[in-house]
Amino acid sequence: MKYQPFEDPVATIQALQEAPASPSSPRRMTLNMGPQHPSTHGVLRIVIELEGETITEATPDIGFLHTGIEKQCEFTNWHQTTTLTDRVDYLSNIGNNLVYALTVEKLLQIEIPERAQWLRVLMAEIDRLNSHLVWLGTHALDIGAMSMFFYCFREREDILRLKEMFSGQRMMTSYIRVGGVALDAPRGWEKAVGGFIRQFPSKVDEYENLLDNNPIWKIRTQGVGHISIEDMLDLGVTGPMLRGAGIALDVRKTEPYSCYQKFDFTVPTRTENDVYARYRVRMEEMRQSARIITQAMEGMPGGPYVADAPHVVLPDREKMKTQMESLIYHFKIVTEGPRVPAGEVYQAVESPRGEIAYYIVSDGTSKPYRLHMRTPSFGNLQALPVMLRNTLIADSIAALGSMDFVLGDTDR
Amino acid sequence: MNFLLLTVIKAALVAFILLTALAYVQWLERKVLAHIQLRVGPRRVGPHGLLQPLADVVKLITKEDMIPSHVNKVFYLLAPFLAVMFALIPIAVIPFGTDITIGPIHTNMELADLNIGVLFILGITGMGVYGVALSGWASNNKYALLGGLRSSAQMISYELPMAMAIATPLLVLNTLSFRQLVNSQDGFILGFIPRWTIFQGPFPFLIVAFIIFMIAAFAETNRIPFDLPEAENELVAGFHTEYGSMKFAAFFMAEYCNMITVCCVATLLFLGGWHPIFPAEYGSRFIPSLIFVGAAAICFMHAANPSRRLDKFTLPVVGVVALGIAGIFMVPILATALLPIFWFSAKVIVILFVYIWVRGTLPRFRYDQLMRFAWTFLFPIAIINLFLVGLWVALT
Repeated sequence: MKYQPFEDPVATIQALQEAPASPSSPRRMTLNMGPQHPSTHGVLRIVIELEGETITEATPDIGFLHTGIEKQCEFTNWHQTTTLTDRVDYLSNIGNNLVYALTVEKLLQIEIPERAQWLRVLMAEIDRLNSHLVWLGTHALDIGAMSMFFYCFREREDILRLKEMFSGQRMMTSYIRVGGVALDAPRGWEKAVGGFIRQFPSKVDEYENLLDNNPIWKIRTQGVGHISIEDMLDLGVTGPMLRGAGIALDVRKTEPYSCYQKFDFTVPTRTENDVYARYRVRMEEMRQSARIITQAMEGMPGGPYVADAPHVVLPDREKMKTQMESLIYHFKIVTEGPRVPAGEVYQAVESPRGEIAYYIVSDGTSKPYRLHMRTPSFGNLQALPVMLRNTLIADSIAALGSMDFVLGDTDR
Repeated sequence: MNFLLLTVIKAALVAFILLTALAYVQWLERKVLAHIQLRVGPRRVGPHGLLQPLADVVKLITKEDMIPSHVNKVFYLLAPFLAVMFALIPIAVIPFGTDITIGPIHTNMELADLNIGVLFILGITGMGVYGVALSGWASNNKYALLGGLRSSAQMISYELPMAMAIATPLLVLNTLSFRQLVNSQDGFILGFIPRWTIFQGPFPFLIVAFIIFMIAAFAETNRIPFDLPEAENELVAGFHTEYGSMKFAAFFMAEYCNMITVCCVATLLFLGGWHPIFPAEYGSRFIPSLIFVGAAAICFMHAANPSRRLDKFTLPVVGVVALGIAGIFMVPILATALLPIFWFSAKVIVILFVYIWVRGTLPRFRYDQLMRFAWTFLFPIAIINLFLVGLWVALT
């Protein structure tokens, strides 16, 4: 099909930017919330129709953060794509690395050594803590408890230091690679992780103490942001929102990956199905993550941290300089990238926000033919119009916070 | 001395002190909040950021004074003036201490000793809502409109329980003049409990009235947990969304000025004004000197282990100044004039600190919950409390 430019680009953009149709009744007012609004957490635009302070209609307008990552992935080789998956969700990059690596490994059918799997679990759970801490801080800030934000970021700083220790990067770690992890655990990591994880549960207690004993927090969150389970299942909502309604759907339990079946943890659920329930579920998840991290730290097996698959994994530096075969593999992997057998796979993991899944089509070359991301933020955001109907503006803020979406994750 | 001249001098002095205090309350707020939130607060401009308020004022004055094209110009410009005016006027009737005599001049420590000072303050603060409501309407902005509406409803609702709470000590002390109110709180029960209003009368009722007054005062001054008109996470900046430069500063000043006024009123009505917390026989007149000596000691200690290079020079200077102030309080002639001012400001600062503390701790109410709280909880309790105190006064 021939590319058809807009006849008048300026007019088209203006028409897009105009507030949509005038309110349906003279008693109502259309309010354009966003894209730059303090509590939409990124560039989300919600057009809401108000009657007094009650929202009669809310329409999310996404796409302001569209970066075309899915398309870019078709132009990078299988290893380079890892760095793109980091950029999808800035709060849970390890989760995105992990799901990408697992999907490609499914195509390659290579065996990942035990140590690499445990390191993946360790980092994925550390990442979950990171994401939940940022969620708690911003959610509490939205409801007005602004000190909470700084307390959460104090712990998050420790987490970012741990991530830097393991991978050399604070945020865009690209730690989990196809075939294993980027680097072995650094010297002294047990001490660093142990020191953090020992005092972390007491910090969670501290947060709960500040919020749970506060009647204002309770009346602001209890009974707010209700959405029926049928609607959630229809709209593809996953993660803590679903667990807050009593459905114990957690990919780590239902379809264990990366040896999650070897860890002892529970999937917290609540039945209230409101903002408070989601808050409780996430707080409990932080405790469970801390348990998993402790177990991963204590039972970390030895052995190699990358798979024995020389056609995929970059060889050891020393070997590359001394052995001819390694040098050739290195040259092939770096210049054109590993080749992945043709096929289609789907793999899901539990990200802090819900079920994240990659669907990859390979045509046997060294680049993905198509990479589709099923991101939890996109699914969860679909619940917004249903959830916000007939609520107050103030409740909409609490409800938005409880959905915990990342706009980069939504728009890709 | 010429009455007019004296009044002008006093007015200039009060305005100067009030405006400086405003700026430094804001500095105090930023510092205290920062330490609650694991930060250090302003630190760049001057030692410990002490010149930060000055820098802020310079910045706000020199900013471009922009008027958006879609506003109603008259009311848009009038609103900040109204807000500041009604915030500054009440300070005129607030006495900061006892009478003083300097040479031939004998004068009160307030601009006007109105015999209905309490009513005057209630009336003027009630007018304060006009600034907010007008700015919300004249901005022609949906967020501002919602903020202005919320604010008007909130201020009007909370004025009722506030007035009821204020009426309670008036019933017990039987006067409307601030000076007489404070004078009748002089002395001590059993020799050590100060005869402040909250300790007078039928035991718990005046404390209840004080708590109701403080809650209503938080709402009147639009502070967390009642800061709905400017709930930034919902309404961007509420009624002052469209205001910039000095016009924004005017609203900001009005808010802090109202805070100071409310703290002064609470001190005068409930906490014994300028009377010390324990009798002079037990040494209450040495307290200010002790506090300033302590402050000087802390300064010298930090100067010995400076965290920045400049601290080695600035902190001893502050310490010496504090020692000097401590010395001033030991001079008997000066002490008689300064002690009341000290106790008055100390109480006001403690209440201001509570304001900031609450801001660092509590989340925010929802709009309907706030109104329900006022009408179905605070208001009935205030009425019952007032009725019971009235009954007690009538019976004794």
